[in-house]
Amino acid sequence: MKKERDVVMAVPEPILRMTGIGKQFPGVKALDGVDFRLLPGEVHALMGENGAGKSTLIKVLTGVHPVDTGTIDLDGVPVAFTGPLEAQRAGISTVYQEVNLCTNLSVAENIFIGREPRKRGRIDWKRMRARAAELLARLDLDLDVSAPLEAYSLAVRQMVAIARAVDIEARVLILDEPTSSLDAGEVAQLFKVMRTLKGEGIAILFVSHFLDQIYEIADRMTILRNGRRVGEYLVSELSQVELVGKMIGQELKELERLHGEAKRFDAPLVEARELGRPGAIEPFTLTIHEGEVVGLAGLLGSGRTEVARLLFGADHAGGGEIAVGGTPAALRTPRAAMGHGIAFCSEDRKADGLVPDLTVRENIILALQATRGWTRPVPREQQDALVGKYIKALKISPPHPEHLVRNLSGGNQQKVLLARWLILEPRLLILDEPTRGIDVGAKAEIQRLVVELSDGGMAVLFISAELEEVLRLSHKVGVLRDRRLVAQLPNDEELTTEVLMETIASGGRP
Amino acid sequence: MRRLLWPLVILAALLAVNVLFTPGFFSIQVREGHLYGSLIDILRFGAPLILVALGMTLVIATGGIDLSVGSVVAISGALACLQISQDAGVFTAVVLALGLSVALGVWNGFLVANAGIQPIIATLILMVAGRGLAQLITDGQIITVNDPAFKLIGGGYLLTVPFGILLVLAVLAVTAFLTRRLALGMLIEAVGGNAEASRLAGIRARGIIVMVYAFAALCAGVAGLMISSNVSSADGNNAGLWIELDAILAVVIGGTSLAGGRFSLAGTVLGALIIQTLTTTIYSIGVPPETTLLFKALVVTVVCLLQSAAFREKVFKRRARTAGAQEVAA
Repeated sequence: MKKERDVVMAVPEPILRMTGIGKQFPGVKALDGVDFRLLPGEVHALMGENGAGKSTLIKVLTGVHPVDTGTIDLDGVPVAFTGPLEAQRAGISTVYQEVNLCTNLSVAENIFIGREPRKRGRIDWKRMRARAAELLARLDLDLDVSAPLEAYSLAVRQMVAIARAVDIEARVLILDEPTSSLDAGEVAQLFKVMRTLKGEGIAILFVSHFLDQIYEIADRMTILRNGRRVGEYLVSELSQVELVGKMIGQELKELERLHGEAKRFDAPLVEARELGRPGAIEPFTLTIHEGEVVGLAGLLGSGRTEVARLLFGADHAGGGEIAVGGTPAALRTPRAAMGHGIAFCSEDRKADGLVPDLTVRENIILALQATRGWTRPVPREQQDALVGKYIKALKISPPHPEHLVRNLSGGNQQKVLLARWLILEPRLLILDEPTRGIDVGAKAEIQRLVVELSDGGMAVLFISAELEEVLRLSHKVGVLRDRRLVAQLPNDEELTTEVLMETIASGGRP
Repeated sequence: MRRLLWPLVILAALLAVNVLFTPGFFSIQVREGHLYGSLIDILRFGAPLILVALGMTLVIATGGIDLSVGSVVAISGALACLQISQDAGVFTAVVLALGLSVALGVWNGFLVANAGIQPIIATLILMVAGRGLAQLITDGQIITVNDPAFKLIGGGYLLTVPFGILLVLAVLAVTAFLTRRLALGMLIEAVGGNAEASRLAGIRARGIIVMVYAFAALCAGVAGLMISSNVSSADGNNAGLWIELDAILAVVIGGTSLAGGRFSLAGTVLGALIIQTLTTTIYSIGVPPETTLLFKALVVTVVCLLQSAAFREKVFKRRARTAGAQEVAA
């Protein structure tokens, strides 16, 4: 049956074929024998969780990184680009998430920058504008080509970048998360352009975290996981549940739960009603009780972190209200949230967690000191006692309070951040990806700690990309998809990773 | 302590050069009940720079910079001299001058912390406008005053020691207490080291930023009093001219990174002393006046190269390699 269809479909010769690509970075095997092909006139989605190797594959293809092993063939001819410019000359153009254009220059200048049409040594402005208008018309765009680019929305800028890429005789167009900052109307506009290009026989490599978009625009997809290729599939033949399962690589077995008998929660601690922020997260309603662990599941970019940041006052809410302990609370700043007993271990330890040049001790007492103000220093004996206690309790290694935090490993840095918030004895502890990038031992310790804390009455909001972990720890799981809280499921006997994946894939729709 | 090693070596080298040219360089005598000697002069004339550099240290530690301190020096001196020339009394004059200085610092801090203007631009405004303000106060003239109490600040002695040196020691002690005994230093270093992480840890970064700019301006105000007191006059045009650049240099020589974060008060004091000693050296070894600026620039370049870890590594590596090659050849 399958064989027959293959014959009928008569797959054309691929424009691009990557075979057995391997790439090693210090300590990490980023790509391991990955095969990939692109057919003319198709939109091919490259899928995978964070760190699966998508960016590395694109960088290897465009010559940013040299390949360690494997070959790249363009039209059947082996190629090895030394940089993106060379790849571009060969017909492989890339449009990145952050558009690299000059917003102060005109649309036409941006399209032709570095290769302006010339007449007797000088730039032929008339011809440049005419050609720019022609090119944009081909993409069904009606813009004033002499207006500065900053006059246009992000989506239009993206399309100008695409127009520029296409004009350089591109046969392969790589779009790396072009839609992450676009709204629905702009996405539709972009897709229209993509379909036009597809019709002209250009092969488009498309990366996006939005599943709906993949299913709307892509013809075929290649899934990567941990640097290996899981497989290549026709989009029409792979359900969203199967896709999510293949991306996460979940073993679909019932997992032991760390919690004992079911607890009853009747003391609401934090209640968010219709809390939202335009462009970041749709309004959601969520109640977290004392002693309850609420897990948040969803793919990267689904809005997990955004929920946490709103509850901590790290971002301003665009609407809705929060009550803490039954009384309305205005959580406009992290400081205000801390005043209500809310603590937040951020996802990106380096960027918005630790101060790398301060010592372990200073990083641990930072939040406590902040609540006291600079005039009332935490007495040194008390600092040493607290820091010593948590270095021991969390097994921070090396156990030296005066070491600079920058020299610690990821797992130990995570523990330092945890210790900072634990000494405040918060009522709600928000943990955003506390176990990402740390070794198995430290991971188990942090999981055990969460259980202990919740048994002691602390509420925990636990965010993790690993469904198994969310399921093990949570009493209730909120599922996010495309920046919307689509479901809240009690963690009973019927809730499995399979159900969670199905919910993520279907967006909570029956 | 290791961070202070190179500044110490450089200072010692500069002092040694001076001994070669001025045999009695290290001698300190008591004349007419006053301490007297080249080293005392370096401290005394370096006092305003040390003060300005101390304030600058805290600003730089938050990741900022303050270009306006030179103008604040001029404004403070001008206002004090104007008040004294109008018989307002030294105490009132000093309080008004320092009060205005702090207000100007708060303005800088407001522009940086609340208006979100880049520090170099925010303080550039007052750097330029401040000179104008100082000239407005003095009405474009040089105001001369003759008040023994005011003269004490920059030119007087207390218990045989120049009053300016005592003032610097007092400010240094207060700064060290606020930053190292209280928690101000750690919070400043946290804000300068990672502003977003500090915000998420609940630190009120705005208040701290306004405070350090106000403190820098206060230090500049005191330095302005010293300078105008020493010459018994206020010159809105030239008082404190380019002192902000010397102060920034002192901070950097002292080992505080312009990127913000960790700071060293002792390093800054050493850095300011190096610059002052260099100025003294230029006079004592008789560098022709028309080449002093070039000479100073050359020495500063060498100092900065010695301070650069990357440069040292390159030089020492090359030397190690040549030594190795010679051994092989032998």
